[in-house]
Amino acid sequence: MVRSLLIRGMLAGFLAGLLVFGVARILGEPPVDRAIAFEERLMKAAHPGHEHQDEPELVSRDTQRGIGLFTGVVVYATAFGGLFALVFAFAYGRIGKLSPRATSALLAAATFVALVVVPDIKYPPNPPAVGAPDTIGDRTALFVGMIVVSIAAMMIALAAGRRLLPQLGLWNASLAGGGVFLLLVIAAQLLLPAVDEVPEQFPAAVLWQFRIASIGIEAVLWATIGLAFGPLAEAVLRRGQRGQWSHQRA
Amino acid sequence: MSNTAVLPVVIPVAIPVREVLPWLLFGFVMMLALYFVGAEEGATSLIPGMYIHEFVHDGRHLLGFPCH
Repeated sequence: MVRSLLIRGMLAGFLAGLLVFGVARILGEPPVDRAIAFEERLMKAAHPGHEHQDEPELVSRDTQRGIGLFTGVVVYATAFGGLFALVFAFAYGRIGKLSPRATSALLAAATFVALVVVPDIKYPPNPPAVGAPDTIGDRTALFVGMIVVSIAAMMIALAAGRRLLPQLGLWNASLAGGGVFLLLVIAAQLLLPAVDEVPEQFPAAVLWQFRIASIGIEAVLWATIGLAFGPLAEAVLRRGQRGQWSHQRA
Repeated sequence: MSNTAVLPVVIPVAIPVREVLPWLLFGFVMMLALYFVGAEEGATSLIPGMYIHEFVHDGRHLLGFPCH
């Protein structure tokens, strides 16, 4: 059963990856190109006279925005689809009496908040030319740390909401859980160090377009995984349940 | 919701944890795939060179990972 769910999760992720590639190509590549053009202008200005001999590129721009981008987003989406299926296997039947489709949609929405909205508010995605190469280690650690804190906050909020359920009822317990999540996330975001490495003259519009594209890509990813995995999982679980019943009857 | 009348309703029965646990190994494999898209030859490096970094470069940026 878990095996079937895992395969379907990866399938939903793969499908999402194809859509994400389309969105990334159409909305994401223009600001990436503009950021790279800015980076090149900056380099020329830094070394005037020294005619910028285009060093042989390891990977051409066409490859980067073509098969490279495709591989990156599809592997990412398929891997997250698989992880999503595993989390679903734990969550299903344990967060209220939600149907597989509702569980999948709710879980994907929660994942989008915990994995994208919260970390991106503190450490927003950056186009090329933004970010000093020597701080990459720290920035990656902070980014991953923010995600870990965000997921932990969501689990604590879920446990708190669950605990308050008998006294407060579903609506108010959910609100209380949401409040706990917000408090923990805000506290963490205030405590963690800020990162601002946007070059002085970097065009604000390009930065905005890039970040909106990046968050839009993640929104498409999680909406697709959440909505596509639900019906697939429902079919697996219905079959599994029937199997279980006939097994019990036998 | 017209199909709920036709199809038998699935009663949410949790999958026993011991059935899910062995599959977490695959979760680790997925994380490794995410690592190669997101951080290899950037923050840390397992394979020498910059080829993977440059190959997935645009995706890495657009998926929100810190990149150079």
